[in-house]
Amino acid sequence: MPQNATTDDPRRLAEFEARIARCKTIEPKDWMPERYRKQLIRMMSQHAHSEVVGMLPEGNWITRAPSLRRKMGLLAKVQDEAGHGLYIYCSTETLGVDRNDLIQQLLAGTAKYSSIFNYPTLTWADIGAIGWLVDGAAIVNQTMLAKASYGPYARAMVRICKEENFHKRQGFEIMTTLAGGTREQHAMAQDALDRWWWPSLMMFGPRDKDSPNSDDLLRWKVKQKTNDELRQRFVNITVAQAMAIDLTIPDPALKYNERTKDWEYGEIDWEEFWRVVRGNGPCNRERLAARRRAHDDGAWVRAAAEAYAAKHEPAASVA
Amino acid sequence: MTGNRKGGDTAHQLWEVFTQPGDGKPFEHAGSLHAADGELALQNARDVYARRSEAVAIWVVPSKAIVSSTPEDVGPFFDPANDKPYRHPQFYRVPQGFRM
Repeated sequence: MPQNATTDDPRRLAEFEARIARCKTIEPKDWMPERYRKQLIRMMSQHAHSEVVGMLPEGNWITRAPSLRRKMGLLAKVQDEAGHGLYIYCSTETLGVDRNDLIQQLLAGTAKYSSIFNYPTLTWADIGAIGWLVDGAAIVNQTMLAKASYGPYARAMVRICKEENFHKRQGFEIMTTLAGGTREQHAMAQDALDRWWWPSLMMFGPRDKDSPNSDDLLRWKVKQKTNDELRQRFVNITVAQAMAIDLTIPDPALKYNERTKDWEYGEIDWEEFWRVVRGNGPCNRERLAARRRAHDDGAWVRAAAEAYAAKHEPAASVA
Repeated sequence: MTGNRKGGDTAHQLWEVFTQPGDGKPFEHAGSLHAADGELALQNARDVYARRSEAVAIWVVPSKAIVSSTPEDVGPFFDPANDKPYRHPQFYRVPQGFRM
């Protein structure tokens, strides 16, 4: 039972749910239950924040990329993440929120973003692991969201999924090269996989039984699959890729189930998951501080653009 | 016209972006963005919505300039078209056996 059942008009709610059941798309001006709107704003703004904060761990390595080819690829990837943040912020605004308010929530530390970006990028191999695992996990999630019932979100996801295939391949190419290199390079790739594997599995969120928002999101077809279903899909895809480049998934409990055709994995460290979600991961404070600094340093650019527009307004204004 | 100010920061006004995906193709809505003026909106639109040659031309339009139909009046608004099958070629009966 949705929390808003008493406040929403029951007739309109029934019409809305019938539309969802017929797999119709909901557009910004359509009537929607308050809880659908709130859940979408929460989910989409967290997604936008994640794209923006996600630039930080990788941006860290642009100047130290080992070749011009790698540098061009990484630069283009980080630029894509900025674009993805912008797509999703604007899609979120169609729900009646102001982007500036969302950004202020991020800077104030009251908004959440994907915990994966609170882990440090210690070596170049981490850039490979992020593209392969973090973007790989994001693609699994976003491919599902491209069919979300809310039109502006689904359309942003279609665009993003197209672009992120390049992200995953550039990461996997880095891992393949390192894993096939010297013994030291192979060890570097394995070390990155060891550190990023479990946080990547955590990206899919709590187990289904501990996921308080999932029921509404599934019923209203914002999500079409549960956290655990998506996590399993990611594991199944990724294990074969690791084997192909001679890297070992750091999970002694990992085993193939002939009957279900699933790779069964060991227990995730949920204490670590909640610790990072609550703001006490390795880099939470550093990321927010970097984001605030970037926002403040850009203030004069925004002010200058406004001043220039105001000065030229009579000539440039739309009749 | 110069954007809104909130919390001591500036957010710029909202623009809708339309891209033409190829020569001779119709423009389609790509998304929206914030920019202080039309020139910056156009440059931002190129960087945000056409990083991979997705467009050969771009329009940017202030969002508030768009007038649209609403879901509430969608029934009566499109109603005049619903009972006019005589606007379609299949409505008319002609002899068979040659090209029309």
